[in-house]
Amino acid sequence: MSAADALGHGHARDVDPYLLGRGGGHGSGQAVATGRGAGGPASKTVVVAYGFWLFLLSDIVLFSCLFAAHAVLQTATADGPAGHELFKPANIAIETACLLVSSFTCGMSAVACGVRNLVWTQVALLVTGLLGVAFLALEANDFAELVAQGFGPQRSAFLSSFFAVVGCHGLHVSAGLLWLGTMMAQIVVKGFRADILRRMLCFNLFWHVLDIIWVALFTIVYLIGEGR
Amino acid sequence: MNARNRFAGVVVLVVACTLAGCSESIFHAQGPIGAANSQILLNALGIMLVIVVPTIIGVLVFAWWFRSSNTRARYQPGFVYSGRIELIVWAIPLLVILFLGGVIWIGAHALDPFRPIETRDEPVEVQVVSLDWKWLFIYPELGIASVNDLVLPAKVPVHFSLTSASVMNMFFVPQLGSMIATMYGMNTQLWLQADQTGEFYGQSSQFSGDGFSGMNFVLHAVPQDKFEQWVSTTQQTGPALDAEGYRALLQPSQNVSPFTYRTVAPHLFDDIVTQKFPPGPGPQASGDAPAIRPAAGAQ
Amino acid sequence: MPPPFAQQQERNNVFGKLTWDAVPWSQPIPLVAGGIVIAAVLAVVLWVIVRGYLPYLWNEWITSVDHKRIGVMYLLLALLMLLRGFIDALMMRSQQALAYHAAGYLPPEHFDQIFSAHGTIMIFFAAMPLVIGLMNLVVPLQLGVRDVAFPTLNSTSFWLTATGALLVNLSLVIGEFARTGWLPYPPLSETTYLPGVGVDYYLWALQISGVGTLMTGINFVTTILKIRAPGMTYMRMPMFCWTALAANLLIIAAFPVLTATLAMLILDRYLGFHFFTNEAGGNMMMFINLIWAWGHPEVYILVLPAFGIFSEVISTFSGKPLFGYRSMVAATLFICLVSFTVWLHHFFTMGAGGDVNAVFGIATSIIAVGTGVKVYNWMFTMYGGRIRYATPMLWSVGFIVTFIIGGMTGVLLAVPPADFQLHNSLFLVAHFHNVIIGGVLFAGFAGITYWFPKAFGFRLHEGWGKVAFWCALIGFYVTFVPLYIAGLLGMTRRLQHYEVAAWRPWVLIAGIGIIILLVGAIAQIIQLVVSIRQRDALRDETGDPWDGRSLEWATASPPPAFNFAVLPNVGGEEPYWQIKQRAIESQQMAPEPAYKAIEVPRNSPTGFITAFFATITGFALIWHIWWLVAVGIAAAYAVFVWFAWRDVAEYEIPAEEVARIDRARRAARQQWLAANAPAGGPA
Repeated sequence: MSAADALGHGHARDVDPYLLGRGGGHGSGQAVATGRGAGGPASKTVVVAYGFWLFLLSDIVLFSCLFAAHAVLQTATADGPAGHELFKPANIAIETACLLVSSFTCGMSAVACGVRNLVWTQVALLVTGLLGVAFLALEANDFAELVAQGFGPQRSAFLSSFFAVVGCHGLHVSAGLLWLGTMMAQIVVKGFRADILRRMLCFNLFWHVLDIIWVALFTIVYLIGEGR
Repeated sequence: MNARNRFAGVVVLVVACTLAGCSESIFHAQGPIGAANSQILLNALGIMLVIVVPTIIGVLVFAWWFRSSNTRARYQPGFVYSGRIELIVWAIPLLVILFLGGVIWIGAHALDPFRPIETRDEPVEVQVVSLDWKWLFIYPELGIASVNDLVLPAKVPVHFSLTSASVMNMFFVPQLGSMIATMYGMNTQLWLQADQTGEFYGQSSQFSGDGFSGMNFVLHAVPQDKFEQWVSTTQQTGPALDAEGYRALLQPSQNVSPFTYRTVAPHLFDDIVTQKFPPGPGPQASGDAPAIRPAAGAQ
Repeated sequence: MPPPFAQQQERNNVFGKLTWDAVPWSQPIPLVAGGIVIAAVLAVVLWVIVRGYLPYLWNEWITSVDHKRIGVMYLLLALLMLLRGFIDALMMRSQQALAYHAAGYLPPEHFDQIFSAHGTIMIFFAAMPLVIGLMNLVVPLQLGVRDVAFPTLNSTSFWLTATGALLVNLSLVIGEFARTGWLPYPPLSETTYLPGVGVDYYLWALQISGVGTLMTGINFVTTILKIRAPGMTYMRMPMFCWTALAANLLIIAAFPVLTATLAMLILDRYLGFHFFTNEAGGNMMMFINLIWAWGHPEVYILVLPAFGIFSEVISTFSGKPLFGYRSMVAATLFICLVSFTVWLHHFFTMGAGGDVNAVFGIATSIIAVGTGVKVYNWMFTMYGGRIRYATPMLWSVGFIVTFIIGGMTGVLLAVPPADFQLHNSLFLVAHFHNVIIGGVLFAGFAGITYWFPKAFGFRLHEGWGKVAFWCALIGFYVTFVPLYIAGLLGMTRRLQHYEVAAWRPWVLIAGIGIIILLVGAIAQIIQLVVSIRQRDALRDETGDPWDGRSLEWATASPPPAFNFAVLPNVGGEEPYWQIKQRAIESQQMAPEPAYKAIEVPRNSPTGFITAFFATITGFALIWHIWWLVAVGIAAAYAVFVWFAWRDVAEYEIPAEEVARIDRARRAARQQWLAANAPAGGPA
């Protein structure tokens, strides 16, 4: 298959508005939309995005296991505090706001990328990153307070599962921030090259999915936990 | 292919003769639970063999007949689909599985370990605790206990309540019936009955650490009068199983010779299940485990 | 409850828990075995360096991102680990043969490590690499494309798997391995009961290689669904590709569960969490549920590609297309889905109650329907065929018979009352060896024999192959039928010694059986050596030694880096068969295509270097050398960024070079065409 990226943005968009790589239809590289996958190898963007989606789905399975563990261990508080005695709704609301707004600014960075505007791309990414850092700082602070009160993960199975699921999400956010910084550097150094654009696409997907997981997380952990 | 056919046939014959003759096999169960389990196993085997034997024969026959050196076989390279064959090939296993499903549904309910044996007799109550690496059997109504030795009256149903002091184990007397897991902080149930007097081998079926292989015991099914004799003898000799005695028992030890306790602290089993005692300590326990057999020598 | 972090003595020791005592100076068996292995490895490395092969190895293999090379490396790893796992098995059988009213020669602490290592190595580092290696080698060729979706990721997957294998084997000489069995059930696997490094070796080896496996899953699903030759609709894909798709979908869905579950155990052990502990509300039953929610799909990850291999082999050697292709696809996807609904049958005896046990028992027997359909389709593929009994076909017929028996015993175990007598007994052990050996291992040998000429350009020696097959088949039955019987007599698994007289004859016969298997293993090694020596006589001239039907046989043996000079246009099922029949009928090849330059991914040391730092990080985590952990992670990240910084990802093979290579292939085909009359098969 031709390894050259056939994603000519302006041209293909006329016949392939969702950039599925099935428009155009000439020989190797561009696929014909037969609907049964007979168009030959898909374009590089499609392949990369598809693979990354599969990775994100696998990550969702990972989180599902942690959610399941949390559901099982909800009541295993070992005579310690339950969720509603520990959680601070205000903090959680601010954290949620940070993440939601950062999703928005991440989307803005994708738009800026689309029009190849370096300054706005970097600004949007920077704001995204700062909001992510704010989220992590608040969360780390919450964790530290809980530990200081003696309600760390070693206290009970319930707290173990709480720290694990929220901590896993936090780890993913941290990894995302590392990635974000690297992306910002790469865009400056290499410009809006095709492979850099593919990575931006993947980063955007990652960041948005993290947000979705956070929504599921605070529903299951905090809202349902509050209700008990 | 003929050689393989013959070989398989010999194997089946040997296996069948052996199992028929062997008194330890589960097909010679000595109690109603084991007998029912074995019956279901044989039924399921029979149902499966009805399909499996013709299929294996068919495979070998086709493999032999259609070898390339057989000029009498008809070469049909276009034979790649047949609706009729598809129908049979999906339907027959499906029907068998439906039938088997019925066996499974009924059997799983009827023989669930928690389900009592129907009886007019008073069942004997035994509480079982798996420790590292021995078995503790408490007779709560009789106020005695024994380690690695289980004496029970024959022909009377026995109700077991089981738990573990540390890691997961599995209580199993192959000739009498089902096995059931033992877990810390949890109470599982089992019902067994020995139809004859005899000595039956018992073990743990869940690997639990270095002393696992020595974790077997004998279940003595004795006549009722012998059992009462044993109970009264036991109530007169041996140490007491109180909280301290139990804590000593918690220390890891292997290949423990059987002995008995003449009295048991009331509600000891309940306290163990509700985690009033800590779990077994594992290898962090101090170097040499203190002797759990009392110096006075129970046996 | 001791504090979760390193104790005082550890903080003072820059090497964490690692001391000279970690080497088993006082235990002769691991000491000698380890010594021999280290000596052998050093000898090989020295030979490579002295003979000047290192640049070749580095450029052509270690840094290769070519799926064919990576596939071969996976297979090499698999066969080496198969040997290691088999040695463990020899020790287990011999210990049990000796240990009737006796202690045998392996004390419990050692025996426990051996059966744990046997299971872990066989499943994760022998069987998985075996099927993944064959999928790597074959799937892109069968799809008519140049490589998988993410070649460098592919290389990383392999090297991370190798890292896991390395860590497990390192535990032989530095420290100990887990003493829990191949699945570390808590609370036994918690630090309370097993505070040593053994369980940690297991956990980190599997976490690291698990990342590699997950990446393989993503790679292959993307490849199979998004990168196929033009005209290859889903229903024109070879059966092996369908089963590879199903297996890799299972990997994506199941391996995160393993990662999460092992991570929870790691948190318990390292940071004092309470997911599965006895105290503070931990729930050991949750571990068992989660681990088997992964564990059952795992065995289908192993067996589905095996089914695919047999579909290919049986149809090729019967000279017929696969019977009932559509229902085979349906059965494959059916098995794929239902495999997620049966996990509780691994612990019927944990007391879930009649309703739950019954539902899972029924679901388990339902899955047998899918497998049954496949067996009948293979049978009817043979029907009306002209079967050539080359070694791969022998393995196939042996597989069908053996797998039917193994599947039957599985359905028997799916009946809860039967399982109440047979759970964890040698009957269970015999059942899963029956399906894994009869299924996955036989498939591996069939596939290796079948595709070996494609990978290396010469066939394997037939005579020695047949010897190996018969030894494996007979040895299997002599080893495992006695174990079925011993299980029915009540013998449980993992016993280091036993005192029941009734079991003794069967354990002894099994001990004889494994000697027969050993002879078979030796025959396999001899086959390889002899084949290499006689490679000119066994040369595959045309690239199609078996009169194949799918696209991999359209390429030369071995194929060039780019696989196909021009991607084939697929007009129907079995595209290569169509091409071949057309050529034979018209007595001429298709016209020469217009050759263009081809861009091929550059080799990259990323995978190898990442794995190198993963090994260091894993080792450091096991031994609590925290500063080294930080260094390892930082270095791995740096490698990743360095890789991401490259500007040129491909290199170009000029059109003239492509033309030259392809013309050589066409010439060989032309020669074969001229030498063979229309109705004849290949020489």
